[in-house]
Amino acid sequence: MKDDLLTIGGVQLRSRLIVGTGKYKDFDQTRRAIEVSGADMVTVAVRRVNIIDRNKENLLDYIDPQKYKILPNTAGCYTVDEAVRTARLAQAAGITNLVKLEVIGDQKTLFPDTAGLIEAAKILVKEGFIVLPYTNDDPIVAKKLEEIGCACVMPLAAPIGSGLGIRNPYNIQIIRETVRVPVIVDAGVGTASDAAIAMEMGCDGVLMNTGIAGAQDPIAMAEAMKYAVWAGRLAYRAGRIPKKLYANASSPIEGIIE
Amino acid sequence: MPTGIQLVVNGERREFEKNTTVARLLEQLGTPLERVAVELNLRILDKQDYSRTVLNDEDRLEIINFVGGG
Repeated sequence: MKDDLLTIGGVQLRSRLIVGTGKYKDFDQTRRAIEVSGADMVTVAVRRVNIIDRNKENLLDYIDPQKYKILPNTAGCYTVDEAVRTARLAQAAGITNLVKLEVIGDQKTLFPDTAGLIEAAKILVKEGFIVLPYTNDDPIVAKKLEEIGCACVMPLAAPIGSGLGIRNPYNIQIIRETVRVPVIVDAGVGTASDAAIAMEMGCDGVLMNTGIAGAQDPIAMAEAMKYAVWAGRLAYRAGRIPKKLYANASSPIEGIIE
Repeated sequence: MPTGIQLVVNGERREFEKNTTVARLLEQLGTPLERVAVELNLRILDKQDYSRTVLNDEDRLEIINFVGGG
Protein backbone atom coordinates (compact mmCIF):
# COMPACT_ATOMS: atom_id res chain seq x y z
CA MET A 1 0.00 0.00 0.00
CA LYS A 2 2.83 2.32 -0.90
CA ASP A 3 0.67 5.05 -2.35
CA ASP A 4 -2.17 4.80 0.12
CA LEU A 5 -1.46 8.07 1.91
CA LEU A 6 -3.90 9.73 4.26
CA THR A 7 -4.11 13.48 3.73
CA ILE A 8 -5.63 15.65 6.46
CA GLY A 9 -5.69 19.38 5.78
CA GLY A 10 -2.70 19.08 3.45
CA VAL A 11 -0.72 16.97 5.92
CA GLN A 12 0.28 13.63 4.42
CA LEU A 13 0.48 10.57 6.63
CA ARG A 14 1.79 7.15 5.69
CA SER A 15 0.19 5.50 8.69
CA ARG A 16 -3.55 5.59 9.26
CA LEU A 17 -3.05 5.02 12.95
CA ILE A 18 -2.82 8.17 15.05
CA VAL A 19 -1.76 7.65 18.64
CA GLY A 20 -1.89 9.53 21.91
CA THR A 21 0.99 10.07 24.31
CA GLY A 22 -0.87 9.99 27.62
CA LYS A 23 -1.03 7.40 30.40
CA TYR A 24 2.29 5.68 29.70
CA LYS A 25 4.55 4.55 32.54
CA ASP A 26 7.30 6.94 31.47
CA PHE A 27 8.56 8.87 28.45
CA ASP A 28 10.71 5.98 27.33
CA GLN A 29 7.72 3.66 27.14
CA THR A 30 5.81 6.40 25.29
CA ARG A 31 8.61 6.67 22.75
CA ARG A 32 8.88 2.93 22.21
CA ALA A 33 5.13 2.37 21.87
CA ILE A 34 4.84 5.15 19.30
CA GLU A 35 7.78 3.84 17.33
CA VAL A 36 6.34 0.32 17.23
CA SER A 37 2.86 1.61 16.28
CA GLY A 38 4.29 3.11 13.10
CA ALA A 39 2.20 6.24 13.61
CA ASP A 40 3.21 9.47 11.88
CA MET A 41 0.96 11.72 13.92
CA VAL A 42 0.75 11.85 17.70
CA THR A 43 -1.52 13.81 19.99
CA VAL A 44 -0.31 15.85 22.95
CA ALA A 45 -2.03 17.91 25.63
CA VAL A 46 -1.43 21.57 26.44
CA ARG A 47 -0.62 22.13 30.11
CA ARG A 48 1.13 24.54 32.44
CA VAL A 49 4.91 24.19 32.60
CA ASN A 50 6.04 22.76 35.90
CA ILE A 51 7.75 25.77 37.47
CA ILE A 52 8.59 24.02 40.74
CA ASP A 53 10.78 21.24 39.34
CA ARG A 54 13.33 22.84 37.03
CA ASN A 55 14.76 19.54 35.88
CA LYS A 56 11.55 17.95 34.74
CA GLU A 57 11.93 16.19 31.40
CA ASN A 58 9.99 17.32 28.37
CA LEU A 59 7.83 14.99 26.25
CA LEU A 60 9.29 16.50 23.07
CA ASP A 61 12.75 15.31 24.07
CA TYR A 62 11.36 11.82 23.43
CA ILE A 63 8.94 12.52 20.59
CA ASP A 64 10.85 14.41 17.93
CA PRO A 65 8.63 17.01 16.22
CA GLN A 66 10.83 16.65 13.13
CA LYS A 67 9.87 13.00 12.90
CA TYR A 68 6.24 13.08 14.05
CA LYS A 69 3.40 15.44 13.26
CA ILE A 70 2.42 16.85 16.62
CA LEU A 71 -1.32 17.24 17.12
CA PRO A 72 -2.10 19.30 20.24
CA ASN A 73 -5.50 18.72 21.77
CA THR A 74 -7.83 20.87 23.80
CA ALA A 75 -8.64 18.05 26.22
CA GLY A 76 -10.13 19.18 29.49
CA CYS A 77 -11.83 22.21 27.94
CA TYR A 78 -15.51 22.50 28.77
CA THR A 79 -16.27 25.82 27.10
CA VAL A 80 -15.71 27.40 23.70
CA ASP A 81 -13.50 30.08 25.28
CA GLU A 82 -11.26 27.55 27.03
CA ALA A 83 -10.89 25.45 23.90
CA VAL A 84 -10.09 28.44 21.67
CA ARG A 85 -7.64 29.84 24.22
CA THR A 86 -5.90 26.47 24.53
CA ALA A 87 -5.69 26.06 20.75
CA ARG A 88 -4.15 29.53 20.38
CA LEU A 89 -1.58 28.75 23.07
CA ALA A 90 -0.72 25.47 21.35
CA GLN A 91 -0.17 27.34 18.10
CA ALA A 92 1.94 29.98 19.85
CA ALA A 93 4.36 27.26 20.98
CA GLY A 94 5.45 27.45 17.36
CA ILE A 95 5.55 23.92 16.06
CA THR A 96 2.16 23.37 14.47
CA ASN A 97 -1.04 24.81 13.12
CA LEU A 98 -2.98 21.63 13.78
CA VAL A 99 -5.43 21.23 16.63
CA LYS A 100 -7.46 18.28 17.83
CA LEU A 101 -10.45 20.29 18.95
CA GLU A 102 -12.33 18.98 21.96
CA VAL A 103 -15.13 20.78 23.76
CA ILE A 104 -16.17 18.39 26.45
CA GLY A 105 -19.76 18.33 27.63
CA ASP A 106 -19.66 16.26 30.76
CA GLN A 107 -17.06 14.84 33.15
CA LYS A 108 -18.59 11.42 33.48
CA THR A 109 -18.96 10.54 29.80
CA LEU A 110 -16.48 13.01 28.27
CA PHE A 111 -18.92 13.21 25.38
CA PRO A 112 -18.42 16.24 23.17
CA ASP A 113 -20.54 19.36 23.58
CA THR A 114 -21.30 19.47 19.88
CA ALA A 115 -22.91 22.93 19.96
CA GLY A 116 -19.75 24.31 21.58
CA LEU A 117 -17.59 22.29 19.21
CA ILE A 118 -19.21 23.80 16.13
CA GLU A 119 -18.82 27.32 17.55
CA ALA A 120 -15.16 26.80 18.48
CA ALA A 121 -14.42 25.16 15.11
CA LYS A 122 -15.84 28.20 13.27
CA ILE A 123 -13.55 30.55 15.20
CA LEU A 124 -10.43 28.44 14.76
CA VAL A 125 -10.95 27.65 11.06
CA LYS A 126 -11.35 31.39 10.45
CA GLU A 127 -8.04 31.96 12.24
CA GLY A 128 -6.28 29.53 9.92
CA PHE A 129 -6.02 26.50 12.16
CA ILE A 130 -6.19 23.02 10.68
CA VAL A 131 -9.02 21.73 12.84
CA LEU A 132 -9.50 18.02 13.59
CA PRO A 133 -12.66 17.89 15.71
CA TYR A 134 -13.39 15.15 18.23
CA THR A 135 -17.11 14.71 17.76
CA ASN A 136 -20.06 12.49 18.52
CA ASP A 137 -21.18 9.70 16.18
CA ASP A 138 -23.76 12.12 14.79
CA PRO A 139 -23.85 12.46 10.97
CA ILE A 140 -25.56 15.86 11.07
CA VAL A 141 -22.88 17.36 13.30
CA ALA A 142 -20.21 15.74 11.12
CA LYS A 143 -21.73 17.41 8.06
CA LYS A 144 -21.76 20.79 9.80
CA LEU A 145 -18.13 20.41 10.84
CA GLU A 146 -17.21 19.66 7.25
CA GLU A 147 -19.12 22.69 6.00
CA ILE A 148 -17.32 24.93 8.48
CA GLY A 149 -14.03 23.81 6.97
CA CYS A 150 -12.68 21.23 9.40
CA ALA A 151 -9.92 19.10 7.88
CA CYS A 152 -11.60 15.86 8.90
CA VAL A 153 -14.20 14.59 11.36
CA MET A 154 -13.31 12.38 14.29
CA PRO A 155 -16.39 10.62 15.65
CA LEU A 156 -15.98 8.60 18.82
CA ALA A 157 -16.38 4.83 18.75
CA ALA A 158 -17.32 4.87 22.43
CA PRO A 159 -16.50 7.06 25.47
CA ILE A 160 -12.82 8.05 25.83
CA GLY A 161 -10.84 5.33 27.58
CA SER A 162 -13.82 2.96 27.75
CA GLY A 163 -12.49 0.30 25.38
CA LEU A 164 -16.04 -0.56 24.33
CA GLY A 165 -15.33 -0.57 20.61
CA ILE A 166 -17.68 0.88 18.00
CA ARG A 167 -21.03 1.20 19.75
CA ASN A 168 -22.91 2.55 16.78
CA PRO A 169 -21.35 1.18 13.60
CA TYR A 170 -24.36 2.24 11.53
CA ASN A 171 -23.88 5.88 12.42
CA ILE A 172 -20.16 5.69 11.65
CA GLN A 173 -21.12 4.21 8.28
CA ILE A 174 -23.61 7.01 7.63
CA ILE A 175 -20.95 9.57 8.57
CA ARG A 176 -18.56 7.92 6.13
CA GLU A 177 -21.16 8.23 3.39
CA THR A 178 -22.15 11.78 4.37
CA VAL A 179 -18.86 13.67 4.40
CA ARG A 180 -16.02 13.90 1.91
CA VAL A 181 -13.29 14.84 4.40
CA PRO A 182 -11.45 11.98 6.12
CA VAL A 183 -13.28 10.17 8.91
CA ILE A 184 -11.05 9.21 11.81
CA VAL A 185 -12.57 7.04 14.52
CA ASP A 186 -11.35 8.59 17.74
CA ALA A 187 -11.75 7.17 21.25
CA GLY A 188 -13.22 3.99 22.65
CA VAL A 189 -11.12 1.46 20.76
CA GLY A 190 -10.31 -1.44 23.10
CA THR A 191 -8.49 -4.00 21.03
CA ALA A 192 -7.18 -4.75 17.56
CA SER A 193 -10.46 -5.98 16.09
CA ASP A 194 -12.16 -2.67 16.99
CA ALA A 195 -9.59 -0.80 14.92
CA ALA A 196 -9.84 -3.30 12.06
CA ILE A 197 -13.64 -2.99 11.99
CA ALA A 198 -13.42 0.80 11.76
CA MET A 199 -11.05 0.50 8.82
CA GLU A 200 -13.09 -2.23 7.10
CA MET A 201 -16.07 0.10 7.22
CA GLY A 202 -14.11 2.57 5.11
CA CYS A 203 -12.98 4.95 7.81
CA ASP A 204 -9.77 6.71 6.86
CA GLY A 205 -7.94 6.26 10.13
CA VAL A 206 -8.14 5.48 13.81
CA LEU A 207 -6.93 7.56 16.74
CA MET A 208 -6.33 5.91 20.09
CA ASN A 209 -4.49 6.35 23.34
CA THR A 210 -5.79 4.22 26.21
CA GLY A 211 -6.27 1.15 24.00
CA ILE A 212 -2.48 1.00 23.69
CA ALA A 213 -1.19 2.76 26.80
CA GLY A 214 -3.59 0.92 29.11
CA ALA A 215 -2.86 -2.57 27.76
CA GLN A 216 -0.87 -4.92 29.96
CA ASP A 217 1.93 -4.76 27.41
CA PRO A 218 1.58 -1.42 25.63
CA ILE A 219 4.43 -2.06 23.21
CA ALA A 220 2.89 -5.34 22.02
CA MET A 221 -0.52 -3.70 21.72
CA ALA A 222 0.99 -0.86 19.69
CA GLU A 223 2.19 -3.46 17.21
CA ALA A 224 -1.18 -5.22 17.20
CA MET A 225 -2.90 -1.93 16.42
CA LYS A 226 -0.52 -1.20 13.58
CA TYR A 227 -1.41 -4.48 11.89
CA ALA A 228 -5.11 -4.15 12.70
CA VAL A 229 -5.31 -0.80 10.95
CA TRP A 230 -3.35 -2.17 8.00
CA ALA A 231 -5.45 -5.32 7.78
CA GLY A 232 -8.70 -3.40 8.01
CA ARG A 233 -7.60 -0.95 5.36
CA LEU A 234 -6.44 -3.71 3.01
CA ALA A 235 -9.70 -5.59 3.47
CA TYR A 236 -11.71 -2.44 2.74
CA ARG A 237 -9.74 -1.83 -0.43
CA ALA A 238 -9.95 -5.47 -1.45
CA GLY A 239 -13.76 -5.38 -1.23
CA ARG A 240 -15.30 -8.00 0.98
CA ILE A 241 -17.74 -10.68 -0.22
CA PRO A 242 -21.42 -10.03 0.39
CA LYS A 243 -22.90 -11.78 3.39
CA LYS A 244 -25.21 -14.67 2.49
CA LEU A 245 -27.45 -16.79 4.63
CA TYR A 246 -26.64 -20.16 3.04
CA ALA A 247 -23.49 -22.04 2.15
CA ASN A 248 -21.64 -21.78 -1.14
CA ALA A 249 -19.13 -24.64 -1.54
CA SER A 250 -15.50 -23.70 -2.09
CA SER A 251 -14.56 -27.06 -3.64
CA PRO A 252 -15.87 -28.11 -7.10
CA ILE A 253 -18.96 -30.31 -7.33
CA GLU A 254 -17.55 -32.13 -10.40
CA GLY A 255 -15.22 -35.07 -9.92
CA ILE A 256 -16.45 -36.23 -6.59
CA ILE A 257 -15.73 -39.99 -6.28
CA GLU A 258 -18.66 -42.35 -6.33
CA MET B 1 10.33 50.89 48.60
CA PRO B 2 9.90 47.24 47.68
CA THR B 3 12.81 45.97 45.61
CA GLY B 4 10.94 43.40 43.58
CA ILE B 5 7.70 42.80 41.74
CA GLN B 6 5.03 40.23 42.43
CA LEU B 7 4.06 37.98 39.52
CA VAL B 8 1.50 35.23 39.35
CA VAL B 9 3.06 32.52 37.18
CA ASN B 10 0.93 29.46 36.42
CA GLY B 11 -1.17 30.24 39.44
CA GLU B 12 1.82 30.64 41.78
CA ARG B 13 2.61 34.02 43.32
CA ARG B 14 6.33 34.76 43.34
CA GLU B 15 8.66 37.69 43.71
CA PHE B 16 11.00 38.70 40.91
CA GLU B 17 13.45 41.53 40.31
CA LYS B 18 12.22 44.75 38.80
CA ASN B 19 12.61 45.02 35.01
CA THR B 20 12.48 41.26 34.56
CA THR B 21 11.70 40.42 30.94
CA VAL B 22 9.72 37.38 29.82
CA ALA B 23 12.91 35.87 28.38
CA ARG B 24 14.70 36.36 31.71
CA LEU B 25 11.76 34.88 33.61
CA LEU B 26 11.81 31.74 31.44
CA GLU B 27 15.53 31.44 31.95
CA GLN B 28 15.12 31.74 35.72
CA LEU B 29 12.42 29.06 35.66
CA GLY B 30 14.65 26.75 33.64
CA THR B 31 12.14 26.66 30.81
CA PRO B 32 13.43 26.29 27.23
CA LEU B 33 11.96 29.06 25.08
CA GLU B 34 11.37 27.10 21.91
CA ARG B 35 8.73 24.66 23.15
CA VAL B 36 6.57 26.89 25.29
CA ALA B 37 3.93 29.53 24.80
CA VAL B 38 3.39 32.47 27.09
CA GLU B 39 0.20 34.31 27.84
CA LEU B 40 0.62 37.62 29.67
CA ASN B 41 -2.56 39.00 31.26
CA LEU B 42 -4.63 36.85 28.87
CA ARG B 43 -2.74 38.04 25.78
CA ILE B 44 -0.52 35.56 23.92
CA LEU B 45 3.00 36.87 23.30
CA ASP B 46 4.99 36.41 20.10
CA LYS B 47 8.26 34.64 20.75
CA GLN B 48 10.26 37.52 19.32
CA ASP B 49 8.78 39.79 21.98
CA TYR B 50 9.99 37.72 24.95
CA SER B 51 13.24 39.62 25.33
CA ARG B 52 11.70 43.08 25.02
CA THR B 53 8.62 42.54 27.17
CA VAL B 54 9.28 43.89 30.65
CA LEU B 55 7.03 42.52 33.34
CA ASN B 56 5.13 44.70 35.79
CA ASP B 57 3.99 44.18 39.36
CA GLU B 58 0.91 41.93 39.57
CA ASP B 59 1.21 40.64 36.00
CA ARG B 60 -0.37 37.24 35.51
CA LEU B 61 1.35 34.74 33.26
CA GLU B 62 0.48 31.35 31.89
CA ILE B 63 3.40 29.37 30.52
CA ILE B 64 2.40 26.18 28.75
CA ASN B 65 4.11 23.28 27.10
CA PHE B 66 3.09 19.95 25.62
CA VAL B 67 2.58 16.93 27.84
CA GLY B 68 1.35 13.41 27.21
CA GLY B 69 -2.30 13.32 26.15
CA GLY B 70 -4.78 11.60 23.90
